[in-house]
Amino acid sequence: MTELFRDKVDIDLTVNGEPVEARVPAGQHLIDFLRQTLGLTGAHASCEHGVCGACTVQVDGEAVRGCLMLAAQADGTEIWTVEGLSDTAAITDLQEAFVARNALQCGFCTPGMLVAAEELLSRGGTPSRAEIREHMSGNYCRCTGYEAIVDAVESVAQARAGKGAA
Amino acid sequence: MTLEFGNPDRPNSYIGKTVPRPNAGKLVQGRGRYVDDIVLPRMVHVAFVRSPFAHARIGRIDTEEAKSVKGVLRVLTGADLAEVCTPWVAVLAHLKGLKSPPEHAMAVDRACWVGEPVVAVVASSRAAAEDGAALVEVDYEPLPAVTDMMTALDAGTPVLHAEMGDNLAFQRLHEEGDPDGAFARAHKVVSAHFRTARHTGVTLEPRSILVDWNPAEDQLTAWHATQAPHMMQTVLAKHLGLAEGKVRVICGDVGGSYGIKVHVYPDEVATAAIAKIMGRPVKFIADRLESFTTDIHARDHEIEAKIAVDETGRILAFDIDDWTAIGAYSVYPRTSAIEGNQVVNLCGGPYDFADYRAKTTVVFQNKTPTCQYRAVGHPIAVAITEGLVDMAAAELGIDPIEMRRRNMYADDAYPVTSPAKMRFEGLSHHASMDKLLEIMDYDALRADQAEARKRGKYRGIGIASFIELTNPSPFMYGIGGARISAQDGCTVRMDPDGSVVALSGVTEQGQGTEAMLSQIVAEGVGVSPDKVRVITGDTQVTPYGGGTWASRGAGIGGEAALQSARALRDSILEVAAAMLQADQSQLDIRDGAVVDAGTGEERMPLEELGRIVYFRGDTLPKGLPRELVQTRHFITSDYPFAFTNGVQASYLEVDTETGVVRLLKHWCVEDCGRIINPQLVDEQIRGGIVQGLGGALFEEIHYDDEGQLLNGSMADYLVPMAAEMPDMVIGHVETPTRESTLGAKGAGEAGTAGAPAAVMNAINDALRPLGAQVTEMPFTPERILRALGTIAD
Repeated sequence: MTELFRDKVDIDLTVNGEPVEARVPAGQHLIDFLRQTLGLTGAHASCEHGVCGACTVQVDGEAVRGCLMLAAQADGTEIWTVEGLSDTAAITDLQEAFVARNALQCGFCTPGMLVAAEELLSRGGTPSRAEIREHMSGNYCRCTGYEAIVDAVESVAQARAGKGAA
Repeated sequence: MTLEFGNPDRPNSYIGKTVPRPNAGKLVQGRGRYVDDIVLPRMVHVAFVRSPFAHARIGRIDTEEAKSVKGVLRVLTGADLAEVCTPWVAVLAHLKGLKSPPEHAMAVDRACWVGEPVVAVVASSRAAAEDGAALVEVDYEPLPAVTDMMTALDAGTPVLHAEMGDNLAFQRLHEEGDPDGAFARAHKVVSAHFRTARHTGVTLEPRSILVDWNPAEDQLTAWHATQAPHMMQTVLAKHLGLAEGKVRVICGDVGGSYGIKVHVYPDEVATAAIAKIMGRPVKFIADRLESFTTDIHARDHEIEAKIAVDETGRILAFDIDDWTAIGAYSVYPRTSAIEGNQVVNLCGGPYDFADYRAKTTVVFQNKTPTCQYRAVGHPIAVAITEGLVDMAAAELGIDPIEMRRRNMYADDAYPVTSPAKMRFEGLSHHASMDKLLEIMDYDALRADQAEARKRGKYRGIGIASFIELTNPSPFMYGIGGARISAQDGCTVRMDPDGSVVALSGVTEQGQGTEAMLSQIVAEGVGVSPDKVRVITGDTQVTPYGGGTWASRGAGIGGEAALQSARALRDSILEVAAAMLQADQSQLDIRDGAVVDAGTGEERMPLEELGRIVYFRGDTLPKGLPRELVQTRHFITSDYPFAFTNGVQASYLEVDTETGVVRLLKHWCVEDCGRIINPQLVDEQIRGGIVQGLGGALFEEIHYDDEGQLLNGSMADYLVPMAAEMPDMVIGHVETPTRESTLGAKGAGEAGTAGAPAAVMNAINDALRPLGAQVTEMPFTPERILRALGTIAD
């Protein structure tokens, strides 16, 4: 077992728009690589089973569980975390809506929640509250009771739809 | 001191308004700093080998193979740690008869639950520590496990801790009036058996601690996800043999607590002990299986209860026989007897009746220890009380609203003392019920229910009135000998640029403590909230305080902030009066400037006053006090607790084919006294409700007969997700406490207290035409189908 896990894999990828080359343990999860090796501590490890969504990051445009993907599998991918999405102002409207609506309390789930919400909103259209709830059901929040999150996502969906129509 | 809270146009009117949380912006950008985000030079990681048996004697421990793993630096046993860390005994003097054996940071010769730490493996990475832990060989000799609550005291059941004599940890019987007489003369007696499942908190951030011991300074520093930094300072100092002044606990961002992170955990103390042994920083972050097996559990109760009523529906008496099993040890230092004690204190809470008997029996078993979790005891007491009230109303053919109307304390009855000897300063059950009926449109819902029934749909309305214990005084813990502060303090200072810094002993767990404090300080001094920087969670920096638990942050910490802010205002105005040669009483501070109190005309911005005081003190009169730093502490003294009240309603539909409950909508009216930030209060209540809904419908820790935990992952222990949760309507009645200028009581636990009972009553309202009733939580499809007789085996 230990022989296997000592094996290292070279990867070459883009993280938040910056090139990254690294030699990673074959068994290292993507979330641990991002947090521990790159110091990107925005996404969090929580359930470590792919259930709670706290580790959600964007991989090639899709919301992906950082705890279910190995760092080695990220070779050649383009990854965006909440840090990069903040720096590029890609989700500023969502972040502002979350703050205004108090759609976060402890904030531990929030970076993953934002990536999941952005995935839904990037599909376009104006999802219903039920659709928002369904989409966000892969991201657990133990503080808010979800209603404020649904409100925030809904308000951004409507605002983006309004802009698109104008 | 007077502040015209009722006048929304008063100057600096930030208390009572929704203002943004100062710390939300960093959290949405992923710039929070939780313990696991901190990396220190020479930091190492610890992983624990944990008992796979519920009860076993620990024999030979072979650590050789583990030590050979690359990166493993040290392997320590319970005996190794016992050399530097003393065990603790979690009892409190005021909980008479409570007993619990000494508990070590790691098991020394016997493991008493699945998950108890046995061996610590320290390595340069967590992965290496886990690889090492997997190779530690421990010889266990399994011992008989005590796993059933109701037979724990039977003669044939093994005694878990021989030195304790039996498996009874605590028992309390409270009797008031003549309950037997009341039951004998009652028109009707309704009885029921209730069960609430074993829960755990499932904080998204697992328990986390990083401890550094610096022998060169004799200083221990712990970065800790905790609700009570000063309590932890005391605990770590005491058990590691250090002076309290040599221990610093820093609590930065915390990823959810709900009571889980207010307790002393063996593995966290072990981490501190290892840091002391190794003289370098040691990090422990629980993984999710460790969270399920070692975070405290709660709410594992079985209750036989009955209510006596007369012909008119007046409640005559309650008789409650509550049992709970707390695991292998009472949890330090708050003890595991509090939850049962709360059930005794809180049953029947909203109602004016005379005769009461309540008994709680708290037993040991070989499972994870239970202790205080959000709304401690309240969901149990409210479910028992409100369940019985609804059953009695149905027996008598009285509408559940009317039944409550006839029994709730009148809103002008206060102060009163309940049959449980709880003292209520001022509650608003009737006004809250009025508000609830208004916002839910009760009559329209009943019409909808009847219409749905015609279509074969079983919808139900459930009501739950409740009381909630907040703002605890030393009567909660201090009186029993625990060094847990009921007092809290705040230091407020003005810096040269006119900005204000507030240092508070209460902590932020996400509920918005720092926003609440910034509003209070802003109004108290006379600046805008964005000029106030709030610092919490550092025992070396803030005034000594209790932290955040039992809904005390706003009521206790908020009042200390207000008092210190007003004192700073007076200090500023004293200087300003000397500078402006004005009468101090004619000056005020508004929006960051000294103004003429009568006209509002600006006389001097605070930054000018700051410039003079800090850099040109020579121009001020000699001897003029110029202390632009003020500290005040606050403690409640008139009442042991500030009780709040409220009422919730649930509207739901039960699919009688599948047993699935669909929540349609939920309402809560809460009276938490003065509301400081309406949005934050509403969102705390919504979050609390959903935790209560989880308990009502999904959450249950399962063990087998051997004491093996069966559902230790988030895929197996179900918590509410967005899709199943309803929208919630929140309303308020405000009855400020007269114990403080601020008048705030707590709001953090109301949602959790009442939601399970409201759902239970709604399900039973829906099922009543079918003759079915459920009283065992969670109300899973299986339990509902059993109640309906669909499943009979």
